[in-house]
Amino acid sequence: MSAPAAPTIAGGPVTPLDAPSHRRGDRIFAGLARGAGVLILVLLAGVALFLVVESVPALTASSSELPQGKSFAHYVGPLAFGTAFAAAIALLIAAPVSIGVALFISHYSPRRLAGVLGYLIDLLAAVPSVVFGLWGIFWLAPQLQPGMAWLGTHLSFIPFFAGPVSATGRTILTAGVVLAVMILPIMTAICREIFLQTPRLHEEAALALGATRWEVVRMSVLPHGRSGVISAAMLGLGRALGETMAVAMVLSVGGGVSVNLISPQNPSTIAANIALQFPESSGVAVNALIATGLVLFVITFLVNFAARAVVARRKDFREGS
Amino acid sequence: MAKRIDVSDLNIFYGDFRAVADVSMTIEPRSVTALIGPSGCGKSTFLRSLNRMHEVIPKARVEGKVAIDGQDLYEPAVDPVAVRRLVGMVFQRPNPFPTMSIHENVAAGLRLNNRKAKGDALDDVVERSLRGANLWDEVKDRLDRPASGLSGGQQQRLCIARAIAIEPQVLLMDEPCSALDPISTLAIEDLMHDLKSRYTIVIVTHNMQQAARVSDRTAFFTISGAGQPGRLIEMGETPEIFSRPGEKATEDYITGRFG
Ligand SMILES: Nc1ncnc2c1ncn2[C@@H]1O[C@H](COP(=O)(O)OP(=O)(O)O)[C@@H](O)[C@H]1O
Ligand SMILES: [Mg+2]
Repeated sequence: MSAPAAPTIAGGPVTPLDAPSHRRGDRIFAGLARGAGVLILVLLAGVALFLVVESVPALTASSSELPQGKSFAHYVGPLAFGTAFAAAIALLIAAPVSIGVALFISHYSPRRLAGVLGYLIDLLAAVPSVVFGLWGIFWLAPQLQPGMAWLGTHLSFIPFFAGPVSATGRTILTAGVVLAVMILPIMTAICREIFLQTPRLHEEAALALGATRWEVVRMSVLPHGRSGVISAAMLGLGRALGETMAVAMVLSVGGGVSVNLISPQNPSTIAANIALQFPESSGVAVNALIATGLVLFVITFLVNFAARAVVARRKDFREGS
Repeated sequence: MAKRIDVSDLNIFYGDFRAVADVSMTIEPRSVTALIGPSGCGKSTFLRSLNRMHEVIPKARVEGKVAIDGQDLYEPAVDPVAVRRLVGMVFQRPNPFPTMSIHENVAAGLRLNNRKAKGDALDDVVERSLRGANLWDEVKDRLDRPASGLSGGQQQRLCIARAIAIEPQVLLMDEPCSALDPISTLAIEDLMHDLKSRYTIVIVTHNMQQAARVSDRTAFFTISGAGQPGRLIEMGETPEIFSRPGEKATEDYITGRFG
């Protein structure tokens, strides 16, 4: 009770200009926010450190000690390629579909239908990846197989369809389609939110010039959503790069590097390879798997940096006023 | 190329709410018509019914007739997109496309509806429109810079340039100066003087002096209470309305006893 009493005017307490009670809330919040930020950095650094430390034995081992008797670079190369290839196929399919669906929901469909569609797509996000894997093996692969056979017969001069054609349909194309379906919900949800936030002012600017609905989308909605769409694509790509179960289940692996979309001999992906090889590995082979994980970590980082660079490039053309 | 607008028995709705009731008026070509009245009396709503921008709001609809040189804009066969090319609009807040350059903004309307405008011809139109909006000298050295780098007044003149680039017959302006400083406001008022020789201009304004300065004819709208529709009280030559209004409500409003 030695604290000085708060000054009063006409009996009521007044708040001094620097009331400490106000600042306490600020301080607690600032502390929490800073703590959360530091925690994320520490976690990230911890994971990176673990990966690096555990990778060292594999990186310094001779070829003969490593799985398949290859040097680490030769071991991880095809896996990294397969990872990037499958994720690229997924993104190539998912990006236009999710942008289209998001535009339909935000600007074309009647309001009630939009609600139902949005809900269905969110549900898709809740399906476990094992289920997608099963769906890929037992439904999608047999459906796609005849199409791939046709491509192998008629378009085999294109390296992507060079054959021999997989009899099961469990190719990297199928895996890419499964991945595309898996990343569709998050990409669609983000795009939809971004498109809905287009300022009315800018949509009306286009309308008043005599723009059709599609032209409003092109002039106002898409430019406004550009950086958000790129972020959505990067989130989707990140998920596709790291997805394990579905790919491990669907893909029939042959190793090697190939852009062939329809063959039974597909490059595996880093994540799927870890899942499949880990139970049978011991000693330095485990370190080799962890080292491939480190490579995946680095790839994901590079993708994110690239995305940021793209978003920042036309910064001064964004709303600055 | 300016055209006369004939409005008869126009009622404008938002869902079940009638915002504007029974308006009939004639808007003369090659002149500036000012719409004045208290907030919420339906000036913006009425203005937006003249280029069919009202109907882009969900559940909004219009009953009655708006004819430009005899052609009813609300006939079923009329394409609202075509109406909006005929009747340009400038909004209360400057709204250039933020991701486009100054040049692209002015050219935006010319590229619509599969029109192929390219190269020199396009540059000519852009220059002519920017000159028409008294903006050319200020921006001619930075046409490829983003429009968001301009001041508010410059952005509004850019929006006017964008609107006149597609050569409309009519130009609607909804409080075009309300977000601007006095100097920019004067620049736009001067511009209206220049533009009225070629366009039919309808301007909504909150500012009595502005209405008196820029307009040839003035229409006064008001509402009798909350939830009531706005109505046109009277319309006439601007000096007449301001010196000898025919209605008590008009006089109260322009002398500041109301609104
Ligand atoms: N988008 C809208 N939805 C429903 N009612 C609206 C909408 N816009 C305006 N209104 C109503 O219509 C009436 C007229 O508004 P407005 O035309 O903006 O008036 P003013 O421009 O004269 O201030 C007001 O009662 C307003 O609340
Ligand atoms: Mg208004």
